[in-house]
Amino acid sequence: MPLFLTDEQSMLRDTARQFVAVTAPISHMRSLRDARDPAGFDRDLWKQFAEMGFTAILIPEGEGGLGLGHVEAGVVLEEIGRNLTPSPFLSTAVTAVTALKPGSADLRQIWFSRIAAGEAVAALAVDEGAKHRPAQIALKAERSGNGFRLTGAKSFVPLGHVADLIVVAARTAGSPGDTDGITLFAVDKGAAGLTATPERLADASVAAQLRLEGVELDADAVIGEVDQGWPGLSRILSAGRVGASSEMLGVGGGAMDMTIGYLKERRQFGVPIGSFQALQHRAAHLYSEMEVARAAVLKAQQLLDADDPGADRAALVAKAMTGLAATLAVQEGVQMHGGIGMTDEYDIGFYMKRGRLLAELFGDTNWAADQLARMSGY
Amino acid sequence: MSDPEAFRAETRAWLEANCPPAMRQPVRGEGDIVWGGRKAQLSADQKAWLDAMASRGWTVPDWPKDYGGGGLSPEETKILRQEMARLGCRNPLNSFGISMLGPALLKYGTEAQKKRFLPEIARGEIRWCQGYSEPNAGSDLAGLQTSAEDKGDHFLVNGQKVWTSYADKADWIFCLVRTSRESKHNGISFLLFDMESPGVSTKPILLISGYSPFCETFFDNVEVPKDQLVGELNKGWDVAKYLLGHEREMISGMGLGGGGLGSGGPAALAEDAKRTIGVDAEGRLADPLLRAQMALFEVRERAFRAMSEKFMDELKNGRAHPAQPSMMKYYGTELNKARYELVMAAGGSDALEWESAGSANGAKARAWLRTKANSIEGGTSEIQLNIIAKRILELPGT
Ligand SMILES: Cc1cc2nc3c(=O)[nH]c(=O)nc-3n(C[C@H](O)[C@H](O)[C@H](O)COP(=O)(O)OP(=O)(O)OC[C@H]3O[C@@H](n4cnc5c(N)ncnc54)[C@H](O)[C@@H]3O)c2cc1C
Repeated sequence: MPLFLTDEQSMLRDTARQFVAVTAPISHMRSLRDARDPAGFDRDLWKQFAEMGFTAILIPEGEGGLGLGHVEAGVVLEEIGRNLTPSPFLSTAVTAVTALKPGSADLRQIWFSRIAAGEAVAALAVDEGAKHRPAQIALKAERSGNGFRLTGAKSFVPLGHVADLIVVAARTAGSPGDTDGITLFAVDKGAAGLTATPERLADASVAAQLRLEGVELDADAVIGEVDQGWPGLSRILSAGRVGASSEMLGVGGGAMDMTIGYLKERRQFGVPIGSFQALQHRAAHLYSEMEVARAAVLKAQQLLDADDPGADRAALVAKAMTGLAATLAVQEGVQMHGGIGMTDEYDIGFYMKRGRLLAELFGDTNWAADQLARMSGY
Repeated sequence: MSDPEAFRAETRAWLEANCPPAMRQPVRGEGDIVWGGRKAQLSADQKAWLDAMASRGWTVPDWPKDYGGGGLSPEETKILRQEMARLGCRNPLNSFGISMLGPALLKYGTEAQKKRFLPEIARGEIRWCQGYSEPNAGSDLAGLQTSAEDKGDHFLVNGQKVWTSYADKADWIFCLVRTSRESKHNGISFLLFDMESPGVSTKPILLISGYSPFCETFFDNVEVPKDQLVGELNKGWDVAKYLLGHEREMISGMGLGGGGLGSGGPAALAEDAKRTIGVDAEGRLADPLLRAQMALFEVRERAFRAMSEKFMDELKNGRAHPAQPSMMKYYGTELNKARYELVMAAGGSDALEWESAGSANGAKARAWLRTKANSIEGGTSEIQLNIIAKRILELPGT
């Protein structure tokens, strides 16, 4: 398969670009922030995403979805990133759908239809500290009756305070650091013993700290196999990394486009500042980094869609590379705007904040590079 | 096109039957690269492999069959390359004819020129060199002064080129000459001529690597038949720029290691570092800072690998921005320089040996120094950034 978008994928991109730019431009995000909106996103907009078919992209065709892949999901995420749209898309339409695919027919039936209809929002609860260390999961799930009893805490769960479904990675055996002994659970909103404390973050999005104090779950809340959740979790995280990377392409690309526009428009010394070679070279370097990141992301998406054994590694490359490129984009963006780039009134700073969150999500560049080094044996 | 999987199976079987085992060994250095030409001395295996591939037109798989190519579609070409990589087949032939002149002739040559020059490029019979740069025309290439005077039935060429790679080994030269002084860019023409023509002489230049792969080239009343002008008179700059795009595309392949030492990828680099530095209890390289540099290099290297695939797919399907080779050249060459800094750091003092047998005559150090030219040859990194800024980002001129 050639490494560029097919005609259908390009059409989807045009549709998504138009739709997101019109319904949820940066001003939409700004107004939610200014209103200190407690949910952190707009449910009506989420409905509209569903009407466009976006929320059903990864859901299999026979189960009410479109049966498309990560390339298509990425196309939508990039527009979300470009417009800094607060959206449950990544945690719901990407990671939750990926998590549920190997789940029981019951779980799939309930959640796929609600996600496709834009009626449900999902969250993914993996991290327990300030840095992404998935093998370190300590949250305990002990056998209890015919089910499990979950006790522990999760941090940095985007939209965990409003999610109808929370996919929780828990430890059923072994100790933190082991990849064996992890089990995935589907936890409903409002489960007894579950408290979610919302935390507003620098980019105005909301993530929750979760406390689970003896949350009782039936055995059918288990997704996949008990103790053998690591491969499934890895697949979810790969999908999440690639999705976050797509969104970062939008964030970095949006910041870059805004900056290039400013270079053409802003005049000093009687000429556009974009005529200064020092800035031209930095802009051209940034363009190159962004292009390379884009290629890494598309490669990872195609490999995920082909179920290729190299997909996990490619996802790490994509995450690490977009982390580097988008971070450069937002930094150069603020710097090349001069003073106005530091003002809240101007949008470029929003890109910096969102970029920082996405760079951290599911493992930052350093973490991903470390994983790659281990895979390569050094 | 035909069924891709059938083509893949047929190609795989053919390569297995026809690629000599010795031609499936990694390239160890310059000596293993086949450039072709009248003066070439090929081993029996190199010759068998070249002839077999040339007989199918597969030294230039996507050129038309009429001109010695394989007539393959972009997808078939990609499959052929993948299957060659899978078996570890060496490139049967590398040449400036294939990567630079051929594409320019396909676009700008007359039918007679294509029939005359392309098949001998495809078969590796004639080796070409590139006469662009002059002592006073480097980055500002269009400032070139070597002149070609119209003498009725021929041009009379006088002047000097410099940095002409392999001028002393090449059979023919594609050369930029000034045919008018009225306009800088619209006074340049693109000529082809035999390096054995009376009046052509070369003088090798020694590089920091200790090798002399390039020369000063002098032209003293060289007569060039008029049918060896490519494109229109005074319109050679278009041909020159088009060719440079292909040159940059070729040089960007350096980002993948470019064959030779660095091509083993990050894992091979890591093996060397583990040998000189050792590992910690978890098997990680014991120098955490070098390890971190290598890991970040690996990120970019793998991402650039995807970029190369994407760029080729776009190019072959007519979707690439015409200035995108500048981005590829810039990124790939800077990456290759970074790779060789790591090769040297991993090798430590062993990598500094210059003449010992153990170091294969200083292979690492010499290759490291050679890579420093990557971001100069074919147009410097700064020039590529200028081109990206102007043509892709459309930033204003001064
Ligand atoms: C190994 C090697 C092989 C080569 N092979 C060939 C060959 O086969 N045929 C051939 O014709 N040529 C060949 N070249 C020549 C090569 O193309 C030139 O060296 C190159 O174009 C730079 O020209 P220059 O050396 O005159 O440097 P200059 O143009 O003098 O550049 C000096 C420095 O100034 C910078 N600079 C110049 N102009 C600008 C600008 N506008 N903006 C910002 N910075 C600028 C450059 O980037 C560079 O850093 C080869 C060079 C090398 C090193």
